[in-house]
Amino acid sequence: MMDCKEIFESLSEYIDEELKDAACRQIEVHLADCENCRVVVNTLRRTVTLYHEIPSETLPGDVRLRLHKMIRMEHPKD
Amino acid sequence: MKPDLLNDAELVDLAQEGDGSAMEELVSRYEDKVYNLAVRMVGNREDAEDVLQDTFLNVIRSLGSFRGKSSFSTWLYRITANAALTRLRKRSRKEKSEGEFLDEVYSVKQAAQSGERLNDWSDSPAKRLLSEEAKAMMGEAINELPEKYRTVFVLRDVEGLPASDVAEILDLSVPAVKSRLHRARMFLRNHLSHYYAGEME
Ligand SMILES: [Zn+2]
Repeated sequence: MMDCKEIFESLSEYIDEELKDAACRQIEVHLADCENCRVVVNTLRRTVTLYHEIPSETLPGDVRLRLHKMIRMEHPKD
Repeated sequence: MKPDLLNDAELVDLAQEGDGSAMEELVSRYEDKVYNLAVRMVGNREDAEDVLQDTFLNVIRSLGSFRGKSSFSTWLYRITANAALTRLRKRSRKEKSEGEFLDEVYSVKQAAQSGERLNDWSDSPAKRLLSEEAKAMMGEAINELPEKYRTVFVLRDVEGLPASDVAEILDLSVPAVKSRLHRARMFLRNHLSHYYAGEME
């Protein structure tokens, strides 16, 4: 069976579902027996989803106006 | 034809011929994405505005040499990432050294194998995990990522681009993108774990 160190590097590919079946199964065999690695997988996955859930920054209106003013100066309309 | 009905490549052609409204349409199409990427990369709105301006200034100045080998958006993200890194290098930096960073990443590996029981906070309510204070902590944690990890993480996990696009934007191999992404995520996972553990005490 693979140990914690051996599966460590593949955990992101595991949660992204990018591993081949055999590699995926090896990790699952390890996880079934290792509570700490299960915690790492759960919290790693949650870390990624939390960062997805942070709302995008909206572009403030005044910043947008200054940007378009700069664009018109640099690339004048004909 | 109205600029908003044209695709990026058609707008780029027109802008290259000096059509100002085509240029403005390209800017309008991408300004929100560029701004969001800039805020996540530099960690504050003031610097992000400079990055936004620098990015589109560079786009206008180098549009003549854009040959369409990659898509306009890939090219634009590359310019944005470079503008953000230039800005970051100008100010005092909060990021960890590569050595400190890797030590933190691999501390989990040690901890997982030790007898110590790791705390599973993944089922806590989103209301607690994403409190205003927690969101601020998450932004600060990105600021501690060394730049080569930060860029990959922000493009892949914050902007949601596929690993192959991130590889093209940063001129890296896909395996290099995945390895940097994994280390960045592990580092952030540690920060979140420490924060939530302290909060629960
Ligand atoms: Zn394990």
